[in-house]
Amino acid sequence: MTIQTPNGFALDNSGKRIVVDPVTRIEGHLRIEVNVDQDNIIRNAVSTGTMWRGIEVILKNRDPRDAWAFTERICGVCTGMHAVTSVRAVENALGIHIPENANTIRNLMELAQQAHDHIVHFYHLHALDWVDVVSALSADPKATSALAQSISKWPLSSPGYFKDIQARLRKFIESGQLGPFKNGYWGNASYKLPPEANLMAVAHYLEALDFQKEIVKIHTIFGGKNPHPNWLVGGVPCPINMDATGAGGAINMERLNQVSSIIDQVIAFTDQVYLPDLMAIASFYKGWLHGGGISGTSVLAYGDIPEHANDYSDASLKLPRGAIINGNLAEVHPVDLADPEQIQEFVVHSWYKYPDETRGLHPWDGITEPAYELGAGTKGTKTRIEELDESAKYSWIKAPRWRGHAMEVGPLARWVVGYAQGKPEFKEPVDKVLTDLGLPIDALFSTLGRTAARGLESSWAAHQMRYFQDKLIRNIKAGDSATANTEKWEPSSWPAEVKGVGFSEAPRGALAHWVKIKNTKIDNYQCVVPTTWNGSPRDPQGNIGAFEAALLGTPMSDPGQPLEILRTIHSFDPCLACSTHVIGPDGGAGVEVTVC
Amino acid sequence: MAGQTFYDIIRRQGITRRSFLKFCSLTAASLGFEPAVANTMAKALETRERVPVIWMHGLECTCCSESFIRSAHPLVKDVVLSMISLDYDDVLMAAAGHQAEAILEETKQQYKGKYILAVEGNPPLNEGGMFCIDGGRPFVEKLQYMAEDAMAIIAWGSCASWGCVQAAKPNPTQATPIDKVIRDKPIIKVPGCPPIAEVMTGVVTYVTTFGKLPELDRQGRPKMFYSQRVHDKCYRRAHFDAGQFVESWDDEGARKGYCLYKMGCKGPTTYNACATMRWNGGVSFPIQSGHGCIGCSEDGFWDNGSFYDRLTSVQQFGIEANADKVGLTAAAVVGGAIAAHAAITAVKRVTRKNHSADHPNP
Repeated sequence: MTIQTPNGFALDNSGKRIVVDPVTRIEGHLRIEVNVDQDNIIRNAVSTGTMWRGIEVILKNRDPRDAWAFTERICGVCTGMHAVTSVRAVENALGIHIPENANTIRNLMELAQQAHDHIVHFYHLHALDWVDVVSALSADPKATSALAQSISKWPLSSPGYFKDIQARLRKFIESGQLGPFKNGYWGNASYKLPPEANLMAVAHYLEALDFQKEIVKIHTIFGGKNPHPNWLVGGVPCPINMDATGAGGAINMERLNQVSSIIDQVIAFTDQVYLPDLMAIASFYKGWLHGGGISGTSVLAYGDIPEHANDYSDASLKLPRGAIINGNLAEVHPVDLADPEQIQEFVVHSWYKYPDETRGLHPWDGITEPAYELGAGTKGTKTRIEELDESAKYSWIKAPRWRGHAMEVGPLARWVVGYAQGKPEFKEPVDKVLTDLGLPIDALFSTLGRTAARGLESSWAAHQMRYFQDKLIRNIKAGDSATANTEKWEPSSWPAEVKGVGFSEAPRGALAHWVKIKNTKIDNYQCVVPTTWNGSPRDPQGNIGAFEAALLGTPMSDPGQPLEILRTIHSFDPCLACSTHVIGPDGGAGVEVTVC
Repeated sequence: MAGQTFYDIIRRQGITRRSFLKFCSLTAASLGFEPAVANTMAKALETRERVPVIWMHGLECTCCSESFIRSAHPLVKDVVLSMISLDYDDVLMAAAGHQAEAILEETKQQYKGKYILAVEGNPPLNEGGMFCIDGGRPFVEKLQYMAEDAMAIIAWGSCASWGCVQAAKPNPTQATPIDKVIRDKPIIKVPGCPPIAEVMTGVVTYVTTFGKLPELDRQGRPKMFYSQRVHDKCYRRAHFDAGQFVESWDDEGARKGYCLYKMGCKGPTTYNACATMRWNGGVSFPIQSGHGCIGCSEDGFWDNGSFYDRLTSVQQFGIEANADKVGLTAAAVVGGAIAAHAAITAVKRVTRKNHSADHPNP
């Protein structure tokens, strides 16, 4: 039977059902089910978040100054993003203004995260969807070197270098112990790269693995460790002491030099390795423009990277804010996270209960009561699911909507919003990529477009790090070394009842936390995170979310091998630990507790 | 060509025996062993097939995997290509769905009693275990199934070791540390949120090198990394002893790198190697970057009050009120400090024991 969704998709679940569980190379637990027609084209898609942790109920009645540490543990991949969002929410609620240096240091930490996360995603979570590792064994090292040198000045490109990499790979594969490459989809017809491009990509997979650990040292310098650096309500915990007694225990010249040196390396790696690889790989896949989903019609960004401390206006945010609906790029709608009419969450297909499930709730008034139940059409049992029934509840992810629309968030959404606003720093790189590949603007709305936007953003982030590092030094030179505002540190200085919202653009997309503080303790805490948007199940009107929409219409070369499904789902860089923890003020009540 | 040893592989990669032995010496030194241990290590690597490792994920945030790939020595590239056989890891593996599940079955058959099960995160027991679904079934079942035939189990991080954030009160999913659901296998707890990268690779290489588990303390943690408090080895310890404290964020004391005890630092009650090994290749650690230790490697650290509450049970020693007096009684002060610290340790152990008695295992 074919169903038309209000957001413009046809769903037909009559064909063969294919289940992918676990979806690997993501953060957390995700299940995908699809139906394919007789031509192995995906005609129905079901995205199921398969984990739930309940972080927000755990936050209730705790000290709001501690919330960053709890929420940071929502995700160790986009580490720090929940923490910075949390301190912003608490500062918003309490009216705390942070020093300029604290804003700059937070930006540096966020940008380092952006660059790191995108590099690790591209090489370690996504590349194997495009790169056939086994094919690299038949590459000619000389031709690989010629290819590498034709696209980049990156020095690790000699024939001998690629020969050594290939030899190491050959020994590894011939050992019979294939490790992470075991049971991969090597040889699948959907792999399009020549052996030389595969070998180059394998070399860069290993280089990126070595390099990524350097980027995060920026977190270590300012936040003491990575993953999960330390943050502070009111500023940042690291003091600045350039030349007085004890400078060795603070941010000093040596520390700033180290940050600067890392930034140079990130710029070099991103511009000389990541972007050229992306373009080289894209040039072989530009005929594979599936996976657009709702990216061409409905995208949402909250904006981030404030130029000025405490100024969260559109003008101050270097990553853009706005919503595009109905595919109308000529109109970018303003976004207000405090407006109860804009963002609402629905649970009609989620494993939670609302008193009235036809209505959505704004996060400040959110309710979450877990209600794990499967539809009558489920194949299997409650603890042995074979096939889900998507006409009933089928996910631990809620369905957030912006003015009723399912929205895509993430690098592509941000770049589309920036492009639509005509901002040259977004428009020019996008136009250049499209021109270089000989593709029209519509090609942007695809799996490949999502992957390309992430690469462009990594480079943008690397160069912005240089900007903010220079800004930090300028400000210190001007005599300002403050990093924290402690006027409202003591809870005795707080009003009895306040609420606030904090937001950021995490690597995976728009992220916001809503907090209510009552008598110095957290009364309610809600997070709506990027993968809640992208991985959302259906809403009461039947609109499908971004993952589900993106899979539709994609042909599978071998339905026994979920390569194309992984390729498109990975292009969103899913984070399930983030998306599936939402719980509201009444959350504790419905929870089953057994003591064995 | 199954059965290749680490040594075979690196020799075929053109690495000389001399370089190989140098590698063993460096690794032994980085783990803090006597030079003679390098020979044992070399012998082990020459004769053993790479140990299969199955790395599973329960309720967690993947910070342990992220930390693991930050390892500077050994590089994680070398761990994965040459030291272990990471046959299953949700985060890095190429295969998904059925192809991924098949690896578990194959490992269980082919390497019965010979593989290491590494667990990141923990199983929730409420809702029939379906707060964490993996392959359509409760994660806890998959965990117990793979534990059956494992040689040993590594509990990565505070989630697998203690429960961590999702087990903080009121623990809505009944997230449960793995030693409460696997009772018949040796378990090495490597706590921390996350653990330090080189601690993680250090534990793995110790096991693959010596073919045995490292010496563990009473709580199941490797003594080599968890037997001393952050406070014991903190480079700001002298300021604690001298009574020089940060009183407020970004104050004069903060800029001089004074002790963070009054800002809530949990270093005095936290057993971890942060102050000695430091983080991310030795760049820094929380205290060095101006924030107190939040105690992330300790059981139940989420429920011990605010991270900014001052510890009340810590005695201060040798206040520098009178330098002459300190000088005269130095020996006595040092002796007293050791005795008092030992006493705190004992009290803490008793407290923890009582605490667990009040909360019987689920």
